Amino acid sequence: MAKGIKLQFIPHSQLSVMSPYKRVKFLLDNVAEDKIIILQGTLSHEEKKDLIEETMKKIKGSRGFRGIEIETLNPKIVDMGLMMRLRKSIADFLVGDREVLTLIGPATIIKEVKKDLKKLELFLKLK
Amino acid sequence: MVIRIITNFFKRIFNNIFSVQRELKLGFYGPPNSGKTTLANRICKDWIGEEIGKASRIPHETREVNVKEEVVIDYKGKRMTFKIVDTPGIATKIDYENFLRYGLSKKEAKKRAEEATRGVIESIKWLDDMDVVVVVLDATENPYTQVNITIIGNLLARKIPVIIVANKIDLKKANVKAIEAAFPEYEVVGLSARYGKNIEEFYETLFNTIKKVKRRRR
Repeated sequence: MAKGIKLQFIPHSQLSVMSPYKRVKFLLDNVAEDKIIILQGTLSHEEKKDLIEETMKKIKGSRGFRGIEIETLNPKIVDMGLMMRLRKSIADFLVGDREVLTLIGPATIIKEVKKDLKKLELFLKLK
Repeated sequence: MVIRIITNFFKRIFNNIFSVQRELKLGFYGPPNSGKTTLANRICKDWIGEEIGKASRIPHETREVNVKEEVVIDYKGKRMTFKIVDTPGIATKIDYENFLRYGLSKKEAKKRAEEATRGVIESIKWLDDMDVVVVVLDATENPYTQVNITIIGNLLARKIPVIIVANKIDLKKANVKAIEAAFPEYEVVGLSARYGKNIEEFYETLFNTIKKVKRRRR
């Protein structure tokens, strides 16, 4: 029987209460279970760096896991002027950026993520 | 009071001379197959006559950090000693099956994949230790990837001066403007590490960037 593809939406509120380490671990554990995560918000550069590092450790430690695909979409930023962008960065710093969507999925399932300014297109490998 | 002013004055002069003479750690970062080793080799060949590592068309050829000490660059009267640090390419995925396409056996491909994962971790660990970083991007590829953004974002957070190299301008598909548009706040040098095209502009930019390191230390 063909296996289905599992998409999981994670609201900002669920991750915001976790420590950066737990956040990275939580995301990676879910992706390693062949889930495609759609995250409300984004990770910091430091967290993304940790995510890459932990991903490498996981590839080394497991037979089937080959890594992740990660992409973000920030639809609002396209139409913003400089002042609006600055205001938005301050607001994001204070309350977290909830307009951005981050997609993280297993490299064994996601063949390609095509991105333009207003959309993300996901091409999957059918097993 | 006067003694303190005189002492501070000499201390400052001493520190400036010391910071100019010290070896600067110059790191080469970027995704796999962007030409980091080719560029680091060209620089090492130009100034010390030997290469730092082996470059190849197979991704993840560099799987451990290679270091060349005491590389003295003497460009248009400006002189500086560097410790050149060539790092393995940073990636979010490594699949041994991709290496089979390049004629590697399954055993070799698996070994390469395992070494490559270690290499990525090592690259990341060295990030904190750099004075200046050259981010080498393949100008024929889309620059706006999460790997590139993560590398540059982390360097920015650490206040490490960055030079972005748009490599492979000898290829028809190369688009330096796309890299400049993706990272407008950075100095982008378009060059061909393979043929040495525009390497002069790289040295010029390198010495301009070093000034930022000195300012950072004061």
